[in-house]
Amino acid sequence: MSLALTAYGMVGGLPALAPTENPTADFSDTPLWLALVKAVGVFVYLLISTLLVIWFERRVIGRMQQRPGPNRNGPFGLLQTLADGMKAMLKEDITPAKAEKVIYTLAPMITATMAFVAFAIIPLGGTVWMFGHQTPLQVTDVPVAVLLVLAVASVGVYGIILAGWSSGSTYPLLGGLRSTAQVISYEIAMGLSLVAIFLYSGSMSTSAIVSAQSSLWYILPAFFSFAVYLITMVGETNRLPFDLAEGEGELTGGFHTEYSSMRFAMFFLGEYVNMFTVSALATTLFLGGWQAPPFISAINDNMFGGGWWGLLWFTAKLWLFMFIFVWLRGSLPRVRYDQFMRFGWKFLIPITLAWVVAVAFIRGAQLGFLGDSKLTFAGRELSVATVVIVSIVAVIALAAAWIWDDRRAQRAAAEDEAPPEEIDPFEDGYPVPPLPGQRLVEPRPRLAAEPVLSTASSSSAGGSGASTTLKEETHG
Amino acid sequence: MNSYVPILFMLGLGFAFAALSVFTSLVVGPKRYNRAKLEAYECGIQPTPQAAGGGRVPIKYYLTAMLFIIFDIESVFLYPFAVAFNKLGLFALVEMVLFILTVFIAYAYVWRRGGLEWD
Repeated sequence: MSLALTAYGMVGGLPALAPTENPTADFSDTPLWLALVKAVGVFVYLLISTLLVIWFERRVIGRMQQRPGPNRNGPFGLLQTLADGMKAMLKEDITPAKAEKVIYTLAPMITATMAFVAFAIIPLGGTVWMFGHQTPLQVTDVPVAVLLVLAVASVGVYGIILAGWSSGSTYPLLGGLRSTAQVISYEIAMGLSLVAIFLYSGSMSTSAIVSAQSSLWYILPAFFSFAVYLITMVGETNRLPFDLAEGEGELTGGFHTEYSSMRFAMFFLGEYVNMFTVSALATTLFLGGWQAPPFISAINDNMFGGGWWGLLWFTAKLWLFMFIFVWLRGSLPRVRYDQFMRFGWKFLIPITLAWVVAVAFIRGAQLGFLGDSKLTFAGRELSVATVVIVSIVAVIALAAAWIWDDRRAQRAAAEDEAPPEEIDPFEDGYPVPPLPGQRLVEPRPRLAAEPVLSTASSSSAGGSGASTTLKEETHG
Repeated sequence: MNSYVPILFMLGLGFAFAALSVFTSLVVGPKRYNRAKLEAYECGIQPTPQAAGGGRVPIKYYLTAMLFIIFDIESVFLYPFAVAFNKLGLFALVEMVLFILTVFIAYAYVWRRGGLEWD
């Protein structure tokens, strides 16, 4: 029902969704050296954010587990990550004897490098003056920006699989394979969930998508895409509850078992920068990017909205996602691998495909592809096609919910009706505890009367053995 | 200015940082030879010799990779439709639904044949 209501509110003729061309950021006044300056700036921003987020994660997890977390190095323990990094630097860098030396060294570098690249197209803020040039707070923008992010994420997987393969060891190989299968499986659902955004924005350029959200963030019309993206971004970054690649109980450390010192730190860095990248993409696509929240942009003709202020809002939204990552880690246990794959392939992919079709129809109705007949309801003009499509979606959703509920009720009824099974705890010769709902049979008089244990002579032991075989024969 | 060039800046910066860190730790870190340390880690027991020769890999991973290629390309094919949706009109809608339907048949086939089962 909530689906139908949201869809109804979405198609009610909101101004943001009118089919207008959304302007991309203007890079005409940005010389190449300024782009390099901005790239360095983004790089430093990411490094500092990574140092902070590792501290943040450990502190928040600490609070969730009722312990203080790191609080010794620097104020509030803020320099803990830096200290850990220095320590990693001063440790011995071990290359196992059986490793493929070149690839073994290259793999962590691929992971770390690729993690940084995707951030080049993320808009961090509005247009600002920098060294006498007016330039957007974004390293660059290309027409296929979001596609670039997905491509870079795919290349980053090479770091994982090559690390696992080149270590010349069993656990890393298994961990690398698992991790790769996991990341590519969830990339499909992630790619499909973004189609809805492109349908609304009509562009793949990140700055155009941000400017298209100036009056309505896409989290509302594409709420289901947002939910799917949120799940897949956790699967993409190998984070709990989906950190199957490094399940300590089964695979020691997964693909980085053999790594030590700075090469290990590069994997660590890559993982956290990847978290920032997927969060930044979520911010850009669903939460209006660097734009101020609606209640703040209403103040004084959006005085806190443009220019450098954008960086503040962007950072705030980014850290909201980082908190979600930490929160998930603090509350959920790791899932089983086959459950994880089943969820990705059998649930997320078909349901996201269906969602794409639904959005295509809703969007088509908004743009008037399905006829222009209008009807007026409560002072608003609604196109008939929109109403029809929303009704169909609502009916399907209701039917699905009804069938699901019915099935669950049936299953519950079947469980209630089944009489608790009786078990004989000594049937197989050794005691078996009863399962929940199972009843123990009354001890049989024959067993109770049998004086086997009271008389410990060899002849009675032989007799008990004979009686057991006899019992088995009568059972057979 | 070519808008793709700054992406190379980012690539270069990332790689330079990674290479510098690894190189520094190789120079700064200690080196104490120990034969046991260089063996593959296997919880303290003698490592199995099989992984080094590229031990056999379960077919499921190849299957997953193949299915990934099919469905990922499908989702990428949906992007042009989505981006040009307001210009193409009803044609885009019909085409998109037909395309998704075709892929869905393949998906149903794979599911039916047990290609999505993990165990």
